[in-house]
Amino acid sequence: MSDPLIEVYGLTKVYGKGTVAVSALREINAIVEKGEFVAIMGPSGSGKSTFMNILGCLDRPTEGTYILDGEDVSQLSRNELARVRNRKIGFVFQSYNLLPRLDAVKNVMLPLLYNSENGRSDAEHRQQAVAALEAVGLGERMHHKPNELSGGQQQRVAIARALINAPAIILADEPTGNLDTRSSEEIMQLLHQLHKQGATLVMVTHELDIAEHADRVIYLRDGEIISDKLHASKIVDLHNGDNGGGK
Amino acid sequence: MSFSKTLKVAWEGLMMNKVRSFLTTLGVIIGVAAVIIMLAVSAGAEADIADQINALGANLIMVMSSMQRAGPGMGGSSVSLKYSDLTTIRNNITGINGVSAEQNSTQDVKGNGTTLSDIAIVGTTSGFVDVHEYNVEKGRFITDQDNDRANKIAVLGYDIAQELFGDVNPVGQSVTLGTVKCTVVGVMEEKGVVGTTDYDNRVYVPITLVFKKFVNARFGGTALRVVYVSAESKEVMDSVMEQLNTLLMQILGTDETSPGFTMTTQDSIIDMRASTTETFRNLLSWVAAVSLVVGGIGIMNIMLVSVTERTREIGLRQALGARPRDVQLQFLLEAVMLSLVGGLVGVLAGVGGSWLFNEFGSMRTELVVSSIPLAFGAAAVVGIFFGYYPATQAAKLDPIVALRRE
Repeated sequence: MSDPLIEVYGLTKVYGKGTVAVSALREINAIVEKGEFVAIMGPSGSGKSTFMNILGCLDRPTEGTYILDGEDVSQLSRNELARVRNRKIGFVFQSYNLLPRLDAVKNVMLPLLYNSENGRSDAEHRQQAVAALEAVGLGERMHHKPNELSGGQQQRVAIARALINAPAIILADEPTGNLDTRSSEEIMQLLHQLHKQGATLVMVTHELDIAEHADRVIYLRDGEIISDKLHASKIVDLHNGDNGGGK
Repeated sequence: MSFSKTLKVAWEGLMMNKVRSFLTTLGVIIGVAAVIIMLAVSAGAEADIADQINALGANLIMVMSSMQRAGPGMGGSSVSLKYSDLTTIRNNITGINGVSAEQNSTQDVKGNGTTLSDIAIVGTTSGFVDVHEYNVEKGRFITDQDNDRANKIAVLGYDIAQELFGDVNPVGQSVTLGTVKCTVVGVMEEKGVVGTTDYDNRVYVPITLVFKKFVNARFGGTALRVVYVSAESKEVMDSVMEQLNTLLMQILGTDETSPGFTMTTQDSIIDMRASTTETFRNLLSWVAAVSLVVGGIGIMNIMLVSVTERTREIGLRQALGARPRDVQLQFLLEAVMLSLVGGLVGVLAGVGGSWLFNEFGSMRTELVVSSIPLAFGAAAVVGIFFGYYPATQAAKLDPIVALRRE
């Protein structure tokens, strides 16, 4: 039943050259199946951000292969990477990254702006955005601007935006990092729901209780995977060890 | 991303900062308006010259007496043309329409109970109407007989006649020029102001009368300072000038080394004025071009600030699938829109400004229609040229770095 969505082989990222070269990732191998919910954890400097950037096609690996949804995207040009990001990836950021002067619907419509070949009209785009906002439970606040929404609501708008182009994968970078406990829990429930509906999710977090929502945790340290395929509950010691014994 | 959508996004970007966008546009507005007004001003100046050509009469030759005395000391006889020489010229030169001379004076003019101060009194001859292509409306002009006898008659300019006599026919009435009482024999047609001369505000009298009554003999006496000769056509100009040269040296008894007069054609004066106007226009064009460039630099400056300010937005758009090309186009269109809106408003300001100068200013302007697309096109080029660099900078941003920027 193997149906890989993400395959990375020997993924290496080196910053700088010669004697000042720093390896952020060292020959990482990993496979994410369709429909999986994966958390990426690790202490700061472990390379999880770099890994996430490469998975998000925002950056290219120095060496190694990255196959996303059957397409080798390791060495695509900037323009091609933009197309891949637009069609296959939905981003959810820690700080939401909504455009402040656009209302919720227009923010959600943004990715469609760069997908003009889909042959749909502006009205259809709008309908799509409205449907996406309703799906994340924001049907009532469509025409509010970001500063009129709470953090949790803003993150819902961002999730709706991530879903709009029906991406193969949703990449969430610390999606609850700026939220209080209650909003965090709501957002995680929403991601859970998406996962149940068949979405593939990859999430970076440094909070164990957030990682617990995922099926599987990939744990990075010094640019290498030191633990994979385990549920969060099994890596408590590892996590606490890297965080100086605290919770 | 489609072009029309990029256009919309760019417009929204500009509307985010209305005041700043307007101030940036102002540079282009001023530049474009300057181009249009400058060209209108120089076209107006050229039209003025063209009018002067017509007013002077076509194919005019001016003979200026150099008023020097032949021989050393005060005892020598002056070599200058006299009124009687005009007849000699008229009878001996072939290919001319008319000959006239002018001697001006300034006097108060009284008539019908009204006094007008400091009016130009133009002493002239019968040839005046031919030389200047300027005719009487009522009555008659000065005749040779009037000059031979220094008759106390006057022909009024159109405005003078209106001011002194209103609806009454001035012909046959009398006016007092200074202390000399004259009979009005005619009124000139309306001609208006040409160059600096207001033809309608003058009184025309026999030149001999001016010599006799208004010019002190010590200041030149009856010497003609300028003699106007009007040739029949452009083709005979050279021949007429040659004949004049020979004849005048005969009359004055001078030779080539010191002829005692100089000849200037109207064309040479026009050429000189035209080249002055051209220099003026070139200078103004440069000033206008420089202001457009300054406006463009303003646009570039603001676009660079905008790119820096909106780095995060650029990063987000890239993450969501904007290609470098899309980002570049968005910012380039913002710059071009700034300059085009500036161009449009500048055209309106330029056309309006030219009109105001003409109506209320002391300057004559004539709108050069071709300057509108020229200025507008230049504004567009400025937008593209100065918008290209900031837009390229925006497109070059690394989405990871851009997204992280606060």
